[in-house]
Amino acid sequence: MTRLFSPSRFAAMVAKEFVQMRRDRLTFGMMVGIPLLQLILFGYAINSDPKHLPTAVLDNDRSVFSRTVLAGMKNSQYFEFVEEVEGEKRVEELLRLGRIQFVVTIPPDFGRDLVRGQRPVLLLEADATDPSATSNAAASMQQIVRGTMNRDLTGPLAPLQSREGPVELRFHPRYNPEAVTQFNIVPGLMGVVLTMTLVIITSLAITRERERGTMENLLITPVRPLEVLLGKLVPYILVGYIQMALIVVAARYLFEVPFLGSLPLLFAVSFLFIAANLGVGITFSTVAQNQLQAVQMSFFFFLPSILLSGFMFPFRGMPEWAQYLGSVLPLTHFLRIVRGVVLKGNGLADIAPHLWPIALFLVASLGIGVKRYRQTLD
Amino acid sequence: MTSAVPVIDVHELTKVFGKKTVVDKVSLSVNEGEIYGFLGPNGSGKTTTIRMLCGLLRPDGGKGTCLGHDVLSESELIKPHVGYMAQRFSLYGDLSVRENLEFMARMYGVADRRRAVNDTMERMNLAGFAATLAGNLSGGWKQRLALAACMIHSPRLLLLDEPTAGVDPTARRDFWDEVHKLAGQGITALISTHYMDEAERCHRLAYIAYGKLLTTGTAAEIVARENLATWEISGPGLYALIDGLRALPGVEQVVAFGVTLHVSGRDAAALEAHLPPFLAGRATAVRIASSLEEVFISLMRGTRP
Ligand SMILES: Nc1ncnc2c1ncn2[C@@H]1O[C@H](COP(=O)(O)OP(=O)(O)OP(=O)(O)O)[C@@H](O)[C@H]1O
Ligand SMILES: [Mg+2]
Repeated sequence: MTRLFSPSRFAAMVAKEFVQMRRDRLTFGMMVGIPLLQLILFGYAINSDPKHLPTAVLDNDRSVFSRTVLAGMKNSQYFEFVEEVEGEKRVEELLRLGRIQFVVTIPPDFGRDLVRGQRPVLLLEADATDPSATSNAAASMQQIVRGTMNRDLTGPLAPLQSREGPVELRFHPRYNPEAVTQFNIVPGLMGVVLTMTLVIITSLAITRERERGTMENLLITPVRPLEVLLGKLVPYILVGYIQMALIVVAARYLFEVPFLGSLPLLFAVSFLFIAANLGVGITFSTVAQNQLQAVQMSFFFFLPSILLSGFMFPFRGMPEWAQYLGSVLPLTHFLRIVRGVVLKGNGLADIAPHLWPIALFLVASLGIGVKRYRQTLD
Repeated sequence: MTSAVPVIDVHELTKVFGKKTVVDKVSLSVNEGEIYGFLGPNGSGKTTTIRMLCGLLRPDGGKGTCLGHDVLSESELIKPHVGYMAQRFSLYGDLSVRENLEFMARMYGVADRRRAVNDTMERMNLAGFAATLAGNLSGGWKQRLALAACMIHSPRLLLLDEPTAGVDPTARRDFWDEVHKLAGQGITALISTHYMDEAERCHRLAYIAYGKLLTTGTAAEIVARENLATWEISGPGLYALIDGLRALPGVEQVVAFGVTLHVSGRDAAALEAHLPPFLAGRATAVRIASSLEEVFISLMRGTRP
């Protein structure tokens, strides 16, 4: 007599699954690790109200009033003055390199004009490539100026308080003046897509050989580890470039993202990034016992990449430890390169500081991969 | 053209997996142009031994040479001259027959690849399947493809792990003819098998059980050395006698052989004394020569852990 459902068979099944789960430690670890990681990242690291944003000051007035405004900005915690600059040229440079988020410019005779009731212009410029990083700070500016000025404008100056404000505040979002989020997201997506797909695909490369038994046949041939590893990478470099080209086309024609920099430059430096991701994947594939583990390890890498790189959330909004972690990831640096080239028109010299961390990562990951690769079956 | 040094010359090879000693001090010596049969029950360590010979596994103990190179440290020098056929099909199921052969030819840097591939397909009757995906071949044809693939670079030593498992009799005969032809050209072959008829076609044999090498030599030597006495029993209603026969003193194995029973034991005198009275009137017993299979079963029984 055969039944459709037998409780004893079912129980045996369950028991077997438990045994298998216990044997597969890594999968089990990942099942625990991924939610944990998510919890930590979302709970502590992600801050959509970034403070202490690096700000440069161009103070042409140096009066009591200019100092009051600056002190007020500082007290708001949104701005952190990192440099007092002398001229526009330096301001341009700092913005282009992404060293600062804001520049506050105080015109000459700011204090005098203020007292005369002539509403001097206070200029706040921002690197608005990532609008979410600047919007809160910029919005708070009006409040700050009003609050601090009113404290100083007392006695005979008190009437100045009552008008539309003693100071005319001007906000210049640079690079992405309309604060279009897509302009920031779409070029960034290039890095995210490359990271996700390339790492997963290559992490399966060697694992699949082992799982299908074809590793035995491969190992018996005179082939060398680096030949196997690189041989498996090359096709995917091509895949990476195809993905990039697709996104560039989409960015240009679907989202109308302005391309200020050189596309050939972008494609050239992307080689490093693509290779770094493949290096991670191939290293995973020398560690993973089966394909499921390989995919899980890829996600374990992908998650911090997307959360800590400044793709989803402003990099400067994260606590310091998260920023350190983020700086190790190739995606963090690649995002700065892509945004720099596409939105700011960065040249090679401007992006050079972001190239070597990727190169370092590539060498390290491939090195581990080659070292881990076993030329025997045991 | 026999050289002084044997093609395979290993001493006390040992492999341990976890706490289990899977291959226990196995020593083998195989000469050039020799066809060497490797036999033993399932799980006895044949595959593990072969893998150690060609550098797929690192021995945990022992030493020796293969094609004149150290098996422990020079597997890179051994690999190019070895044709290894794994027990489990290990070519790419998602490549066609031709693509697989070309891949292997490339891996070994075969000169004039196109011709080598075409010749091999011709010789192994694979030409009709050139474009078929290897994964879609029937089991026997997969074996033939694997065999073709491991010979494509004209190796000097063939290590074949159950090359004819699941292969039909005609193809099996073709295979052995081919191996003998190659042996005539000085190519050496170590072949594991469970088939007794194949064992008898080998120049020399080694029998391994539970990781230990039990005996080596030609089939005749092995049979003679074991000194097993066998009787063929015939008559009506034989199956009813089996349990009784097994209980007789001196009887070590009783095997049904078509319409007869083969009874064997090493103590010929005891059998001589007890068989006729037990069978009296029910069946007849005739002393025959022991076969290789009976000898192997007897060997294995003697060493069960
Ligand atoms: N990678 C491994 N890890 C642990 N144990 C292993 C491993 N490979 C083989 N074994 C064990 O070693 C023993 C010998 O296996 P091996 O495959 O060499 O036997 P065999 O003689 O080839 O058997 P068969 O005739 O079934 O092919 C078996 O008990 C097997 O379970
Ligand atoms: Mg085997």
